[in-house]
Parts: sequence; structure tokens; C-alpha cells
Amino acid sequence: MSTIALTDTHYGSAGRDWSGPALKRIVTGYGFWIFILSDMIMFSAFFATYAVLLGQTAGGPSGRELFDLKNVAIETGFLLASSFTCGLASIAADTRSTIWFQSAMAVTCALGLGFLAIEGNEFASLVARGAGPTRSAFLSAFFTLVGCHGLHVSAGTLWLLTMMAQVFTKGFRPDIQRRILCFALFWHALDIIWIAVFTVVYLLGSAQ
Amino acid sequence: MTNGHEQAFNGTDLAPGDEHVGGGSIALRVVGYLTGLGLAILLTATSFFVAGTDLVWEPSIPVALVVLAIAQMGVHLVFFLHITTGPDNTNNVLALAFGVLIVMLVMVGSLWIMANLNHNMMPMDQMMQMQR
Repeated sequence: MSTIALTDTHYGSAGRDWSGPALKRIVTGYGFWIFILSDMIMFSAFFATYAVLLGQTAGGPSGRELFDLKNVAIETGFLLASSFTCGLASIAADTRSTIWFQSAMAVTCALGLGFLAIEGNEFASLVARGAGPTRSAFLSAFFTLVGCHGLHVSAGTLWLLTMMAQVFTKGFRPDIQRRILCFALFWHALDIIWIAVFTVVYLLGSAQ
Repeated sequence: MTNGHEQAFNGTDLAPGDEHVGGGSIALRVVGYLTGLGLAILLTATSFFVAGTDLVWEPSIPVALVVLAIAQMGVHLVFFLHITTGPDNTNNVLALAFGVLIVMLVMVGSLWIMANLNHNMMPMDQMMQMQR
């Protein structure tokens, strides 16, 4: 009963006949999936703004002068690795292995915090060099887009810690499992948005 | 009687993020995530390489970067979010398709309209003269 190992009949023709209200895990997961997609639509507006304002530097520094791609590569590595460990945490939650779940989540949290530290450092050094969000339309768009992603990662880290605490106190109850499912969706979605950020903002922005 | 979590896998649909595990072992699932991680690292490394090299024909770089990014998003969707083309995933894929449609409309539409407006705008000095 502790694993989700299933026989194939569940997915065979017998499974197709299953009807009635959808199960709570599916309804919850699907609803959260819709939220994530709407979040991506919000990000698309920020991306469009950034792409339109990319050249509007108002005589200030451009992306080529500001961006340090080595830092961005490290950030990308952190987020990618955290996505992987988050996947391991999902497997551990399905198999109800508390120790694996907590350690995988702890590593995910450390990687997320590392990402945030590098990003915070980058923002601080930009502001210190006089390239803050008020310098030009390009930098306003940059700080809005990348900052919004950073805010999402911060919120995700808080949620991650909440899930660790809830599993610690309540165990792998079905409602906790649903929250873990939603959290995993959220965290993987953040990584997908980061792909767009490092491609559009940093790599394409440096070419400008 | 199974508990709520296991019941969730008995229907014809899968929740987004859930994996279709037909008797699959833990090792198999870990291998799935490892495959995704490997592919993602490969694509990311290629992106950074293409952006910083002189070996690639320069006008092709933006297109190459966009293609690599879309490919990596696909890898993440399949290996991390388990959004597949299976019949148990139809609802998730349809929602995703609608999301992608709106994202494309917002991004391409904005860039197109703004480029067009920019192109048709009178140069600033002429505008100043007209207002005199």
C-alpha cells in the first residue's frame, strides 16, 4: 500500500469505463495547473514588455555591458539541479519515505536559496553601478521581469519549508500529498520560466 | 479499500505532474528524472555556447537560442511535469495548448504592433516642428 505500483488493468479498457466525479487529486492538480498556465500568461506580458523595451536604454548601459553570463550559468545550474531534487522529493512522497523526502526537499531549498543569493547580489551590484530600475525603460523592464521570477522563487522556497514542516508534523496524508503535488508543479514551472528568462533576457539581451 | 492517494491513479485521467506508472519501479522513475536532467544540461550548455561563440553564423544565433529554449521547455514538460500525449493526459495537454496560444498572441502581437508603430512614427524633430 505504500507505493503507487499499479497493475496495467487500471489503464486498460476496464479503466476507460470508469466514470463519475473526478478524484480529488486530479481536480486539485488540474486547478493548480490552470493557475500555473495563467501565471505563465502574466509572465508573457512581462516578456513582451522586455522584448519591446530592449533597445530603449536612454543613453544608459545596455545588456551587453551589464550582464555577467557566468553568474547566469551558475543560477541556471542551481535551478535545474533543484528541479531534479524536487522530482526526487515527489518520488519519495509517493513511496512515503520521510527521510528521502526531507533530505531531497532540504537540498532543493538550499539550491533555491543559492539562486536567490546570486540574484540578489546581481541586483545589488547593478543598483550600486547606477543601473537601477529607474535608469532606463530597458532596466525597468529587466528588474520587473527578473524580479517577478525571483519573487516567485522566494514564495516557492517558503512553500517548500511549509511542506517539510507539514510532512514532519502530519505525515503523508492524502491532503498533504495533494499539496506536495501542487508544490512540485509550481517549482518545475518556475524552472521552465527561468529557461525563457536566461534565453530572452540574458543571452538575447547580451547580443543587443 | 485503497487510500485517497492510490485511488487517484485508478481513474482514466492523470493529475498534471503525476506520472503514468504501470508497475514502474522507483529506479525507473529516478532514471526518468535523470534523463530529463541530462537533456536539460545538454540544451542549456548548447545555448550558452551558441551565445558566446564566433563559430556560428551570427544572424542565426537568436533563432537557434529560441529553438533551443523551446526544446528545453519540452524536455521539462515531459520529464519533470509528465505532460505527455497519452489519453490520460488529454485535459492537461489541452489546457497547456490554450495557455501557449495566449502566450504566443501576447508576445508576438506586442512585438509586431510595437515594431509597426515604431516604424511608422514620425521622427521626433519633425514632430516638434509640427507642434510649433
